[in-house]
Amino acid sequence: MHYALLLNNAEPGEGDMPDIPEEAMLQMQRAMADYTAALQAAGVLISAEILEPQAQTVTVTRRDGDLRIQDGPFADTREALAGVFLLDVPDQDAAIAWAEKHPATQYAVIEVRKVAAACDEGIWNANACTD
Amino acid sequence: MHADAQVRAETAARTSYGRLLALLAARTHDVASAEDALADAFERALTRWPLDGVPDDPDAWLLTVARNRQRDRWRSAAERTSVLFDEAVHDAPAPGAVPDRRLELLLVCAHPDLADASVPLMLNTVLGFTAERIGAAFLIPTATMAARLTRAKKRIARDRIPFTVPESGQLADRLTPVLEAVYGSYAIEWPTPPRERHALLLGLGGTIAAAAPSVAEAHGLAALMYLSSARLPARVDEDGRYVPLPQQDPGRWDRDLIGAGHRHLRAAHALGTVGRFQLEAAIGAVHCARRPGESPDWANLRPLYDALVTLAPTRGAAVARAAVVAEIDGARAGLAELDAVDGTERLQAAWALRAHLLQRAGDPSAEAVYDKAVSLTTDPAERDHLRRRARGVGR
Repeated sequence: MHYALLLNNAEPGEGDMPDIPEEAMLQMQRAMADYTAALQAAGVLISAEILEPQAQTVTVTRRDGDLRIQDGPFADTREALAGVFLLDVPDQDAAIAWAEKHPATQYAVIEVRKVAAACDEGIWNANACTD
Repeated sequence: MHADAQVRAETAARTSYGRLLALLAARTHDVASAEDALADAFERALTRWPLDGVPDDPDAWLLTVARNRQRDRWRSAAERTSVLFDEAVHDAPAPGAVPDRRLELLLVCAHPDLADASVPLMLNTVLGFTAERIGAAFLIPTATMAARLTRAKKRIARDRIPFTVPESGQLADRLTPVLEAVYGSYAIEWPTPPRERHALLLGLGGTIAAAAPSVAEAHGLAALMYLSSARLPARVDEDGRYVPLPQQDPGRWDRDLIGAGHRHLRAAHALGTVGRFQLEAAIGAVHCARRPGESPDWANLRPLYDALVTLAPTRGAAVARAAVVAEIDGARAGLAELDAVDGTERLQAAWALRAHLLQRAGDPSAEAVYDKAVSLTTDPAERDHLRRRARGVGR
């Protein structure tokens, strides 16, 4: 089964980007590297992406008829999607077990969501995410 | 002289910080301004002591200077109306003796309204660790940790969370949330056991036992943490392979930490009240008493686990007890005990034990149970260990 771990956290407001000391930054990076190494070693990691702050988002829609391309996020919320980890695990219990150990749980809320359909080698394949 | 003053100031900083801060904060509920006043006092010590000599009672000196700083602030127009201060009801220090009010500060930190910051707040106020250091140990960005600490301190001031000494009969009960918060912090595991956080928490455990020496469980918690940390180096072998506790090489356990754990356990025992942390520490002590090549003393572990699940019925303890029963009465008896534990559907330890016991009982369903146990195991070393064991199924 494919499960997505969706990281959501509050973003620092404009101009108050905290000056995180290098040591603390390295510590967090090491924790994240250990975590993804554990995912890889377990053979459950499909992909892990951390997103830039949502201020750099561009939204694209044709939902209201015309094509609209706008700077800025769809919903300007304090908590924003900040990362996506895709796992291939047998069931939701295993996905939750991994989410519990995610270093980002310290500052983010992680949504554990089952993937409904996945594109495999360019072809939509419902089985690709349920094997 | 200068170097001596520096060393004495630093020593005072390490040993006295929490005592002084507790005193300063207790009368105003304003932890942040107490920290500022204390920082000023330490700064003055570093400039005055090399010139004037180190005072006979450095703590009393620091306290006086810090209190003068606080008073200066109260006299300022901005704060005159907002802070009530009555010297008479608060402790003017007896000459030569700085009272210890760290206990009250610890109780304030464990207030339910400060739950997300309790343990970091203890480390910050009672031991003087910086937000950066605590953040690194808890894998939280410094800015987030600093904001969390500031918010908690504001809340203490706003709600005037009381700094009170409980009556001696109530002390043990009042201290329970402090001990549970520290235990909770110690017991969380991230992908790899976080040494830095454990090191800070061992120091905090020792400090709590020193601030509440009459509470047996304070010693029990310190003993439990020391004895658990002592075994951490043997958790994986030289090749990085996971080693279950009964097979660990006692030669790789930390003798100093075991010694400290035993001292706290004896202190707890002398107080004559049993508690959950003491029982867990005693279980740790039985394991730590094993000599190389010997098996754990299962017969002595069993009554300790029986007492633990009666006193503090947790799933983890019940699963561990089932493992001990299996060692004494066989795999089937262990499985029966495991079946009786509720709420283990997602508990990795329960699945791993079940797989192991089914394998020992020659039950073919062990294979599928191993798969489930492996899927719930996030630690790479332990996962490999389970996979190696699973390969033995059916052989």
